[in-house]
Amino acid sequence: MLPRVLSLGVRRGRFTRRPGTLRGGFSLDWEEKLSEIKKKIQSALPGTSLLPLYDSSHLPPDHADVVIIGGGVLGLSVAYWLKKLEKQRGALRVLVVERDLTYSRASSALSLGGIHQQFSLPENIQLSLFSASFLRNINEHLAVVDAPPLDLQFNPLGYLWLASEKNAAAMENNVKMQRQEGAKVCLMSPDQLRNKFPWINTEGVALASYGMEDEGWFDPWCLLQGLRRKVQSMGVVFCQGEVTRFVSSSSHMMTKNQKEVKLKRIYEVHVKMDNSLEYQPVECSIVINAAGAWSAQVAALAGIGKGPPDTLQGTKLPVEPRKRYVYVWHCPQGPGLESPLVADTSGTYFRREGLGSNYLGGRSPTEEEEPDPGNLEVDHDFFQDKVWPHLAQRVPAFETLKVQNAWAGYYDYNTFDQNGVVGPHPLVVNMFFATGFSGHGLQQAPGVGRAVAEMIVEGRFQTINLDSFLFSRFYLEEKIQEDNII
Amino acid sequence: MWNRSTRGIHHLGGAVDPESNQKKRRTMLQYLSDYFYDVEFLRGYFFQNEMVKVHQKNRSFAYLGETYGPNNAGAFFILKQGGAVKFRDKEWIRPDKYGHFSQEFWNFSEVPVEAVDASDCAINYEGLENLHLLKELQSLSLQRCPHVDDWCLSRLYPLADSLQELSLAGCPRISERGLGCLYHLQNLRWLDISDLPSVSNPGLTQILVEEMLPNCNVVGVNLAEGLKIGPEEQPRDTDRPVPA
Repeated sequence: MLPRVLSLGVRRGRFTRRPGTLRGGFSLDWEEKLSEIKKKIQSALPGTSLLPLYDSSHLPPDHADVVIIGGGVLGLSVAYWLKKLEKQRGALRVLVVERDLTYSRASSALSLGGIHQQFSLPENIQLSLFSASFLRNINEHLAVVDAPPLDLQFNPLGYLWLASEKNAAAMENNVKMQRQEGAKVCLMSPDQLRNKFPWINTEGVALASYGMEDEGWFDPWCLLQGLRRKVQSMGVVFCQGEVTRFVSSSSHMMTKNQKEVKLKRIYEVHVKMDNSLEYQPVECSIVINAAGAWSAQVAALAGIGKGPPDTLQGTKLPVEPRKRYVYVWHCPQGPGLESPLVADTSGTYFRREGLGSNYLGGRSPTEEEEPDPGNLEVDHDFFQDKVWPHLAQRVPAFETLKVQNAWAGYYDYNTFDQNGVVGPHPLVVNMFFATGFSGHGLQQAPGVGRAVAEMIVEGRFQTINLDSFLFSRFYLEEKIQEDNII
Repeated sequence: MWNRSTRGIHHLGGAVDPESNQKKRRTMLQYLSDYFYDVEFLRGYFFQNEMVKVHQKNRSFAYLGETYGPNNAGAFFILKQGGAVKFRDKEWIRPDKYGHFSQEFWNFSEVPVEAVDASDCAINYEGLENLHLLKELQSLSLQRCPHVDDWCLSRLYPLADSLQELSLAGCPRISERGLGCLYHLQNLRWLDISDLPSVSNPGLTQILVEEMLPNCNVVGVNLAEGLKIGPEEQPRDTDRPVPA
């Protein structure tokens, strides 16, 4: 034993000491041993899943207070305002279910991104004004620590709506109402129009309304990403999946007139994963339908519309996807840097894009020309036959242009009156709608999000009264028609 | 100056200096924020406080207009922010480094304000509404204002009748999209758009703005900036004036 100790001592001299060998421990591959020990400790610590048999991190949680179906700009806006207005931090557990996290067919990402206040309904104007002030202060509202500020690339050049003889009186009334609500809109005669914008051909134009402030266009993808980032930092859970089933409980009640009414309450949402049969039942207390162009399918899953026609049970959600094309063209002699988004009497619209004489525009087809919404293929003949003649007639410089690019997107078109559906369903008491905006959903998203969140947290609309946008108007046949839709 | 004030606990990191984020070098504060909810919340709270201070500076002074006249109310707003004001036929009134300024302008009645120098002030969209009180403003300087952005430029049109000189040099948030709003200012004779970091192509923007405002002298951009003349190539800008 003594020679062994002596020999150890000799080997362990000060000048022959190896790193990490204080008491002559395992000196060979010490790093590997260390990492193995670390892994063993981590797997034994609490916090790992109890059943390490399979990984369930891609599934949504078992319980959530609010399930938002649809992760587009409306769904994210509702999530943001819910978290902002909840009474206590962490009071509401919000889950956003989005079928396609790349947003390849989402209306929010494919939108032109315009915002204007020139509507014919006071509620629409107020929603748009609220959204404009939200977007103006977006870096205060959606501020996340250590993230770069959002650059919405807002272009404040306004909208110019042209009216023919028969629409001039309606436009004048609308502008009066818009100014009462606080929008800064001015009316222009054809002479003033020619003075201001000499590239316009004012033939057939009786009146024009021009928005001076808070109107323009911005980058919707930036808003989407900003909302997503902020909402994730506030603790909202995201899940990629498709809602396939609602499980609800019903209770039978009697109305004052002794008629029986069946009220349903959804208590479970089945979320199916992509490309597999795996699904997760999520227990929930409130469901928000913000599925955009596909809201009607989601509503049908909840049993909305299953009943004899002309009854409340049989009233379907009248939102369907409508395909709209946007074309990008280059025209070297076109309108200059100051040109607003011009909406023509024929329904054609265009705006300038960037510094290089490129223009974006399109036209809403009439009911007979509606394209098939099955896919997002672009019909270039539509531009040749239906859009270009009107463009060239209104702006003579557009007679020579070259189409560079085109894409198509869906409107969540409300076939009843082209206005949004907001608020709870009368029979399925915990399903809230935030859909059906027919092309102006993006510009009203912050306002609508706040309205739905107020309805859920407070029980009524507080900042903007959207009582006329409730679902019950479909059954009561109360149309609130919006005229200024492009 | 505005660069220095964006660091520290009072502001969100990486605000005007995105390159530091890409370098992946985290400051102690960012490291703490990643690990502790309290630090993250505190930083967010201080940032919101700064924003509230800016809003407070830009509150509406229209109520003063009823008692003292719109010109005096607008002048008070600018002086309180730290800018300088020039009434017609009077000298420039500037606040000193403590923020004090001479109060004699309250006695002026109906003397219009001719020139406003709001350089380096924290004026923003709401504050510009106070400028609408100054109906006969001829010269406005918004150099290096950190909160003036494209939205604010769309609020300048009420001054179109009188405004002749405008300077936007050095504003970090103005881009070429907002410059299109200056079309309404048809009486503008001198426009300074130098040193705008958010404008993507200064030379092309200058040309487009000159086309938009033909009666205005647009200064500030060196048109040869960014152009390189190759050894065998001719300069391509034969139709543009070659700067000295």
